[in-house]
Amino acid sequence: MTDHKEFVQIRHAQKSFGALEVLKDISLTVERGQIVAIIGPSGSGKSTLLRAINDLDPLTGGEVWLDGVQVNRSLPFRQYEKHINQMRQDIGMVFQHFNLFPHMTARENVTMAPKMLKGLSKDEADALAREQLDKVGMLERIDYYPSQLSGGQKQRVAIARALAMKPKLMLFDEATSALDPELVDEVNQVMKKLAEEHMTMIIVTHEMDFAASVCDRVLFMDQGVVVEEGPPEVVFKSPEKERTRAFLRKHLEGAR
Amino acid sequence: MGLDFTVIPKHIDIILLGCLWTIAITAAAALLSFFGGIFFAVIALYAPAVIRLPFRLFEWVFMGTPLLLQLFLIYFGLVQIGVDLPAFVAGVIGLGLHFAVYNSELIQTAILSVDKGQMEAARTVGLSRGQALRKVVVPQAVRAVIPPIGNNMIALLKDSALVSVIGVSELTLSAQRAIGATYRPFEFYILAAAFYYAINLGMEWVQRKIERRIALSR
Repeated sequence: MTDHKEFVQIRHAQKSFGALEVLKDISLTVERGQIVAIIGPSGSGKSTLLRAINDLDPLTGGEVWLDGVQVNRSLPFRQYEKHINQMRQDIGMVFQHFNLFPHMTARENVTMAPKMLKGLSKDEADALAREQLDKVGMLERIDYYPSQLSGGQKQRVAIARALAMKPKLMLFDEATSALDPELVDEVNQVMKKLAEEHMTMIIVTHEMDFAASVCDRVLFMDQGVVVEEGPPEVVFKSPEKERTRAFLRKHLEGAR
Repeated sequence: MGLDFTVIPKHIDIILLGCLWTIAITAAAALLSFFGGIFFAVIALYAPAVIRLPFRLFEWVFMGTPLLLQLFLIYFGLVQIGVDLPAFVAGVIGLGLHFAVYNSELIQTAILSVDKGQMEAARTVGLSRGQALRKVVVPQAVRAVIPPIGNNMIALLKDSALVSVIGVSELTLSAQRAIGATYRPFEFYILAAAFYYAINLGMEWVQRKIERRIALSR
């Protein structure tokens, strides 16, 4: 649409489960083509924030905007469902545990939604599956079921599935956390490739090296607030806040 | 008087015809119970209360009363309100709905135990809840309960003997007719039992084929 700088905008996001407040007035702007990493200890609210962007975990307060349209508009139930299903087509999501559909082959995982929602013909869907699976290096396994794939391969198919809807924004929720260490790199390579193509991405991650190498900006969250944010060189090398330093120190120790 | 299996060949055609009817009614009722079971499971879990609560009553009637009584009700009872069903159709409906309710119980549990990440993944690519259920959740749930559904289908085969009482000439009734003509109950009941067992083996074979086919996609 327009070229507004505020491609993704989160305004005063607030989320509580009963008395427990997991997001406390968070605001965040992501420009088109930017890659933002969210880091922080578990329970800091980073996944909740990510999942609020496509309304998987609805906010209890605040707004989410994508490309000039409010995602979490208040509408009557039926209209809202229609609206959110439409919005979600523009927001790809990749999960920690892949969540591939086990009863479908890689090809079917990729083409199911485009066929249903965009009315692709069999040939178009097939071409799409080849294109997307080729992009993630999984073309050879196009007719394999998830049970026949390794974790890294599953995650790459899951990325292809999300890309098949031609999203404007990709969300990664700890996409490599469930992988054996030797399988992490193949997934990171795919994400790097997306970065080179200027896909807008928001990445929740535990991998500081990866975040430092691909991201334009890093957010450190703790206890439902953004403690510190800035370019990776600053946040990782010379963080201002003591909490950030403590987290990074602990994390580096853990990595050793 | 001793046993004399030589009477069998003379009456084998009526027994074989009975076999065919048993297979036909079992197959038709099995299909009804399978798809009906899926349908009932979705209603029981997701329909609004106005539909769900009457449905519970219906479920209770089918689970809590004898199948024989249900067959009588469908075949003899419905005539009084103007629904005159052929015996075969009444038998298929009675058996089919009865086992649909049992299948529905299995499928409901299976739907609830499908990882919730599956629904989430389906929703994030833009599917509605209904689309996600239909394409993602229910197919996985059904795959997970193919073995116990298979057991229900074997029970259905055995209970199909009950439709003899509403006059469907299936295997049991055919055996009784042969016995009426020969006064040889032991021989013909044994023969019928052997045929039931053979059909049973056939069903198990089909079930194994299905299980092998879906093994990868689970």
